[in-house]
Amino acid sequence: MSKSSEEVLLIVKHVKNKKTDGELYLMGERMGWMLESKRVFNISYMYADIKTQKISPDTKEKVQLQVILHDGSANTFLFNNPKGRQQQLQDRESVKELLQQLLPKFKRKISSELEEKNRVLQQDPEAFQLYKDLVVSGVISPEEFWSSKAHLLSSSSKSSQTQNLGVSPAFLADIKPQTDGANGLKYNLTVDIIQSIFKTYPMVKKKHAEAVPHLVSESDFWTRFFQSHYFHRDRQALVPKDIFTECAKNDEEVMKEEITRHGNDPLVDLTQIKDQNIDDEYRGIVDDNRSSSNIANQSMIRRFNQHSTMVLRTCCASTTSSTEQTISDNTGQVNGKKSKIQPELQQNGQTNLDEPQSKKRKIKEKLLYEDLDNTAVAKGVSLRLTNMDRYLHGPTPTTSESLLGYHQNFLSEISTDMAVQEIANQVKSWTSSNLKMALGPQALSVLGELSPGGALMSGTSLQKLHKQVAPATRQELQHNYNALCELLRHFWACFPVSSKHLEEKVLKMRMTLERFEMNKLLPLKEKLAQYHYAMNLTGHLEEMLKAAYNKYDLWQAKRVSRRT
Amino acid sequence: MKINVDGLLVYFPYDYIYPEQFLYMQELKRALDAKGHCVLEMPSGTGKTVSLLSLIIAYMRANPLDVTKMIYCSRTVPELEKVVEEMRSLMDYYVQETGEFPKFLGLALSSRKNMCIHPEVSQERDGKQVDGKCHQLTASFVRNRHKNNPNVPVCDFYENFDANGRNIPLPSGIFGLDELREYGRKYGWCPYFLARYAMSQANVIVYSYYYLLDPKIADLVSKELPKQSVVVFDEAHNIDNVCVESMSVKITRRTIDKCNQNIEDLSKQIRRIKDVDETRLQNEYQRMVEGLREANIARETDLVLANPVIPDEILQEAVPGSIRNAEHFIGFMKRFIEYLKTRLRVQHVVSESPPSFLKDCQAKVCIDRKPLRFCSERLSSLLRTLELTDIKDYSALSVVANFATIISTYTKGFSLIIEPFDDRTPTIANPIMNFSCLDATIAVKPIFNRFQTVVVTSGTLSPLDMYPKILDFQPVTMATFTMTLARPCICPMIVSKGNDQVAMSSKYETREDIAVTRNYGNLLVEMVAIVPDGVVCFFTSYIYMESIVAAWYEQGIIDQIQKHKLLFIETQDAAETSLALLNYQKACENGRGAVLLSVARGKVSEGIDFDHHYGRAVIMFGVPYVYTQSRILKARLEYLRDQYQIRENDFLTFDAMRHAAQCVGRALRGKTDYGIMIFADKRFSRADKRGKIPRWIQEHLTDNLCNLSIDEAVQVAKRFLRQMAQPFSRKDQLGLSLLTLEQLQSEEMQKKIESKIQHV
Repeated sequence: MSKSSEEVLLIVKHVKNKKTDGELYLMGERMGWMLESKRVFNISYMYADIKTQKISPDTKEKVQLQVILHDGSANTFLFNNPKGRQQQLQDRESVKELLQQLLPKFKRKISSELEEKNRVLQQDPEAFQLYKDLVVSGVISPEEFWSSKAHLLSSSSKSSQTQNLGVSPAFLADIKPQTDGANGLKYNLTVDIIQSIFKTYPMVKKKHAEAVPHLVSESDFWTRFFQSHYFHRDRQALVPKDIFTECAKNDEEVMKEEITRHGNDPLVDLTQIKDQNIDDEYRGIVDDNRSSSNIANQSMIRRFNQHSTMVLRTCCASTTSSTEQTISDNTGQVNGKKSKIQPELQQNGQTNLDEPQSKKRKIKEKLLYEDLDNTAVAKGVSLRLTNMDRYLHGPTPTTSESLLGYHQNFLSEISTDMAVQEIANQVKSWTSSNLKMALGPQALSVLGELSPGGALMSGTSLQKLHKQVAPATRQELQHNYNALCELLRHFWACFPVSSKHLEEKVLKMRMTLERFEMNKLLPLKEKLAQYHYAMNLTGHLEEMLKAAYNKYDLWQAKRVSRRT
Repeated sequence: MKINVDGLLVYFPYDYIYPEQFLYMQELKRALDAKGHCVLEMPSGTGKTVSLLSLIIAYMRANPLDVTKMIYCSRTVPELEKVVEEMRSLMDYYVQETGEFPKFLGLALSSRKNMCIHPEVSQERDGKQVDGKCHQLTASFVRNRHKNNPNVPVCDFYENFDANGRNIPLPSGIFGLDELREYGRKYGWCPYFLARYAMSQANVIVYSYYYLLDPKIADLVSKELPKQSVVVFDEAHNIDNVCVESMSVKITRRTIDKCNQNIEDLSKQIRRIKDVDETRLQNEYQRMVEGLREANIARETDLVLANPVIPDEILQEAVPGSIRNAEHFIGFMKRFIEYLKTRLRVQHVVSESPPSFLKDCQAKVCIDRKPLRFCSERLSSLLRTLELTDIKDYSALSVVANFATIISTYTKGFSLIIEPFDDRTPTIANPIMNFSCLDATIAVKPIFNRFQTVVVTSGTLSPLDMYPKILDFQPVTMATFTMTLARPCICPMIVSKGNDQVAMSSKYETREDIAVTRNYGNLLVEMVAIVPDGVVCFFTSYIYMESIVAAWYEQGIIDQIQKHKLLFIETQDAAETSLALLNYQKACENGRGAVLLSVARGKVSEGIDFDHHYGRAVIMFGVPYVYTQSRILKARLEYLRDQYQIRENDFLTFDAMRHAAQCVGRALRGKTDYGIMIFADKRFSRADKRGKIPRWIQEHLTDNLCNLSIDEAVQVAKRFLRQMAQPFSRKDQLGLSLLTLEQLQSEEMQKKIESKIQHV
């Protein structure tokens, strides 16, 4: 079973599976387990099939490792080294770590894609039916089917990508120092925490990049970080030679910059909120302006604010632009977006006319009592475009020669005003031309023919179609319609045939259509014939097929003629 | 909808109405009919402003002779703009119903800082700077100089307005600050003076309290408003403090130093003028002799220093001889300042009344009472005569002049306290002379006398009967409204003890107790773990908050809070706090959730709303008593006891409770909103405190919610939040807390909603 060329990465003996002893093998692409006595794997898992691994907690007596597969099944291995628990743990640890390295390599994207496709099929019965009709019956390949449904997949996967992980505000508190028995403290730093520190305090990252390899070692850097006043909330005395002094200064500057940047939100700007600033000299009993003398406390409070601001910034920085985009897209309020994007431009809000508008909108929002108002604002459907250009520019106009001249003329010289005038003039001089009209009696007779009971209406009976046809038949017909339309869509999408690939596809589609006709349409037709319906229900289907065949023949003829 | 309020057709710009809005309008109409004042309390977020505007505007249109103007006073600039927007939507409704815009002018007025469109002047951020620069460009003598010498800069906007703007009245419409600026830009007219000029023509004027209550400004701006006006003080729970604030003066060593410098400058200027143009000084002298203060037609742009005294009190007589001459006046001021300087050189606290101060002044430096009264008048005349452009430099001197005028005009209602040092740092000499107004009625009484109807309203005015007492007026109606609710969307509770049964209180004796701070911390930690989005906390003072935060840091509570939410803290720096607020809102917006620690009586508690997800829970840590050790406060309490028979404790409790109510009320802005209100202090459950909470909160504060431990409170909050998270639609509200026109008109409903009002 096993290929001899396969590279064996690890062999662990004394591993029990289902109470029988054996050996565990970790190889390049799969893991396997065989009974001690045998030379063949009893169990073999491809890494790609493994979803995750689990280990038993340290507190448990048995040392186990569980492998969970994508199909939901699981298998548990018990490490049973006779040398004792310590050795068992070591064995498991080695397996675990190797698996940890190997699994991500094989975690193919396909698995998530498959899940995604599965989800789409489950949620959309119509697509599911189509899938059954076309793919399962072998009319088209799954790849072709999904290529046409790409928009369903991509859109959902896109939205899940944009969210990035925020930083916990308490990450500094999570670093719990442990005493090492003597007088020292031990900090446990994980990669996550370091990332959080870097994300929140870019200045520390900069320092780290500057200092670490050349001046101090990695651990030394962090030791200094934790010793520095910078880390401690109640910092006040900044030792000048401390490498983090600069960070603290930088923080102050960042805060100042933030203040000036956000200083002009009229609804929260406390400096501007009072209309009349009463001078310091005029003052009553009102304010309790006893300020505290404890500078340490004050700076600590400022640091809390600053820390929260920084944490907030880490999660906002990357998302703001995209969220703003969606907001303005959804509501179509271009003004709001503009004023948000250009806060730097307006220093005092005097020159920029956008500010009052966004401010007014905010105030309006505050004032609205949604329960008192009757008119519920219908939320517009958001437009999702894969091809933005096509939407914005519209289809390229097919202009005939005569119009073209006029158009060019029109575009180059005439301003819109004049164009409007032109149209107005044309409308004024418009008269209905009576020349092409039918004569009275003739028209009357035609009308008569077209009324129920007339000669031209003989085919239609008064009975409604959906009452004639049994629901099951209707359902079947509907499915066939859907399937055919899907196929035809593929077919027509090939034109104009511009590449070799498309050419092949056309040929294949033609064959597919024929197959469809043979396998599906003809049986259906025969079946319908048994019911003796008054009208030809499959007529339209046939017509559509015929049109496609005609197109194909035409194209084929052209191709042949070109070749010869 | 169009509704019939007691025989008056009112256009109401919504399709539905809350029952309490209808009752509110009824009550308001009663006061207007009686041409009397009223005090109305209606919960925040039930559409007070729109009810006020709808009814009064309808009343004005129906009885144009009885009520000619509505003056709407609010506290902050954003609130002012909100009122303007409400008015605009009301007018939109009028247009929609009648097909045309009614002949109506609504106007907002604010300081130059918010209105100026001059390219250079408007770049200033500070209000005083803008005023000063504006004066430099628009004072009448500057403009005269400009006529002779075109190089002297003037403000083109004002010149344009002066030349053309006065003849063309503003068209009908709603002119908020932005519209005025835009209009000004379009025509090249100064929006500030345009608005002030248009006040006489406007039907509704929206501006800040100070324009009516501060005599220094009111004299300039609001002098000519007719008696037939309706004055509305919205958010009036702090109105007495505004009155007191504007009449009080504080003088420090620095003020005195600056004054001396001012005096020197002035005497230099006088000498210079004497050499150049002595006639000017002589003319001024002549004017003084004749007592023709009014003859010098006060041009609107010149009035920078107005008399700090209520207009009725200004004497209509000539300036006394001793200070008519400019140099004599300077000498007089010099002597007075020297006297103040000696008074500041005290070793112990001095507290005295105006008469004893005047007597001492007379004895020591021979300054009479009479010339003192004319000080500010005389100073402004001098500044005008000297044609000084940078008025703001003389602010210190004008403060002293104002002080002289006030102290010599009023013998009652003021107290002078001189403290040689700060109580906490007795070794550092830092003398402060606090001349404080103790009686809010001095500033507000003339308003009640002058206008036929004054409406005092807010979301939190309980106990209502206190306001007529401290403002000294007789309302024709006083009422408080509760909130009709289809679901209990507020959840007030009093948390009095921790899980360890230690009582929680910010009482002075126990506030430093480690168990109390820990329990407070635990309460917050528990709440942030279960409450979504925003949590706002209020402390009794900055110092208390600081010490608690420090203690929490030591105890590791801050770290626990941060595990759940981002932490923001109000500081004494307004710009920093603004940034913290902005980020707080951002954090609530994007779902991280945040905690804001802030201070009752602070800037945040006064001006910022925490509606919907911005504040799902408010925690009031402790009873926000005013700093009781302050001598000024003691003097005021004494005065209130002697004059109005208000006991000290009653007033203190009233003051604390109105601030507490104001803080917790910030969280609720409408019936679709919901919020938890936690009063974390044992003392709140006492009858005297509990009874002073506004009725709409008290209603939901049942006995079983009055003495909870932290754990119990968490359980209550959890249940409440789960309940509130259920979908809530209009159908649930309709007929209970939301009425259609038909429902409103039915007899049955009328009877039912009567219970929602309580007259006092």
